[in-house]
Amino acid sequence: MTTPPPAKITIERLSVQYRDGTESLRDISLSIPAHQITVLFGPAGGGKSTLLRALNRLNDLVDGVRVTGRILLDGEEISGPGVDTVALRRRVGMVFAQPVPLPMSIRQNVVYGLELAGVRDAARREWELEKALRAAALWDEVQDRLDAPAVALSGGQQQRLCLARVLALEPEVILLDEPTSGLDPISTAKVEQSLQEIKRLYTVVIVPHSVQQAARLADQAAFFLQGELVETAAGRELFVTPREARTNDYVTGRFG
Amino acid sequence: MAPSLATLKPPARASRNWGELIVEALIRAAGYSAILFVFLILLFLLREGLPTFAEVGLGDLFAVRWYPIEDYFGLLPLIGGSLIVTLGATLLAMPLGLATAVFVAEIAPRWLREILKPLIEVLGGLPSVVLGFMGMLALAPLVRETLNTPTGLTAFTGSILLAGMALPTLVSVAEDALDAVPRSYRDAALALGATPWQTIWRVTVPAARTGVLTAGMLGIGRAIGETMTVMMVTGNAARLPDGLGALFLPVRTMTATIAAEMGEVANGSTHYHVLFTVGLALFLISFLVNLMASAVVFRQKKRSERLLS
Ligand SMILES: Nc1ncnc2c1ncn2[C@@H]1O[C@H](COP(=O)(O)OP(=O)(O)OP(=O)(O)O)[C@@H](O)[C@H]1O
Ligand SMILES: [Mg+2]
Repeated sequence: MTTPPPAKITIERLSVQYRDGTESLRDISLSIPAHQITVLFGPAGGGKSTLLRALNRLNDLVDGVRVTGRILLDGEEISGPGVDTVALRRRVGMVFAQPVPLPMSIRQNVVYGLELAGVRDAARREWELEKALRAAALWDEVQDRLDAPAVALSGGQQQRLCLARVLALEPEVILLDEPTSGLDPISTAKVEQSLQEIKRLYTVVIVPHSVQQAARLADQAAFFLQGELVETAAGRELFVTPREARTNDYVTGRFG
Repeated sequence: MAPSLATLKPPARASRNWGELIVEALIRAAGYSAILFVFLILLFLLREGLPTFAEVGLGDLFAVRWYPIEDYFGLLPLIGGSLIVTLGATLLAMPLGLATAVFVAEIAPRWLREILKPLIEVLGGLPSVVLGFMGMLALAPLVRETLNTPTGLTAFTGSILLAGMALPTLVSVAEDALDAVPRSYRDAALALGATPWQTIWRVTVPAARTGVLTAGMLGIGRAIGETMTVMMVTGNAARLPDGLGALFLPVRTMTATIAAEMGEVANGSTHYHVLFTVGLALFLISFLVNLMASAVVFRQKKRSERLLS
């Protein structure tokens, strides 16, 4: 490889193989620029979630997974053995498709990550709590019931809570795996809106739940098909003038 | 769900065949008979035990001296003995069992887990006399020497053995409960920068708390009614436990008293009636414990069902 490009994350020849031998990612190289929204899209089973989970090392927990290649965060390797995964996951936060409120109150859910990170100052935590809830467009709906159990929120609210929980940690990179798949159009618009705002501070990698959403959000887009990265392009290019026929078929709705 | 099932019924109700009716009747009979048997047992206990209250005054029953030969029928030392042994067993078994369950479910690698799980379940089948025997020969001398007590046959020795008997059930049920916590919970906590330990104690165990509680109840439930082991190692001195120090003195439990004395009393004597009263008390206590447990578990369940929905 030549000198690393000025990217937040650089993925070099990454392959991921699960225990049963399926190659979920094959020889992926991609660079993810800072302060942009990178969209990973493609049909089911393409390996998008697998790639996200490689970026914060959640794949480590799956029995018998084999990862080859390198991932660099700010030029520093994060894919090898001996990486402090706990510290890494504080820098690279993640929101899942299924909102998973932890069995605690709304407030505790948001400040839990801060507590783990050793933030003892209660005033600072309260301040981060409000800031994160506002950024996730949830503050108005929950400000007067912060001590209610988080499971009592609606699905869309839970999802925004999970986003707030990650934002409170002030990570450098935020990974989102179909964060709006269970949300109504209004909540979806709210989440997309807040993503556009937070990208000034963070680097965002998102697996969208539709091609339309992909086109709406992308500063850079990458199309995945059965473990292969078919093509990458900046902005809306991939949705308007894709180079590959397979990309074209997918974005025009001919398959997938 | 019920209304949608009702609408599924065919409009013209086909005449139900006889086989179905018979099976239904049998199942209903089986269900009612279980309740009937418990009720009959209670009736029998009442018939044999109630005369006590005519023959011995209430004040004499709630006294601290149990010496039936001279007509001292104070039940307090027996109740206290049972309670202290069970309490000790619970205090020992709960943390140990939970820790073991966490190790098996969350920490041990897959191959070790596949060896440990069946092994623990086999331990649960150990006959209690065998355990009592081991307790007398191996555990009691150990307790005497390390704690420097006059005898090794103490409430504490009984607690250790009971805890040992409760553990296999406790561990295996708690392990199932931990295992049932969805993968996504762990992922969510880890993705927030929790260490594996923080994930276990702050997320996985709380999410499985209903199951862990049930595990504790089942484990202790197995231990509370245990007679043989306890009779062999607790020293059988009917003496009111007066504080935590009593844990290291001999005691006598309700079950052990009934087992030891029932064979020797004259049928219909006051002593005989009192022993049934002891049984009645035991019945009521375990009924209350179960009632409390299911109330707690029921309340928790509704909450966790919402959690998982
Ligand atoms: N834990 C696992 N064990 C074995 N195979 C897995 C595991 N997770 C994913 N896979 C396989 O890896 C491939 C890619 O899965 P992945 O979840 O990354 O796809 P995806 O692009 O996110 O799909 P979707 O759009 O459905 O979420 C699939 O073939 C899947 O069956
Ligand atoms: Mg996915």
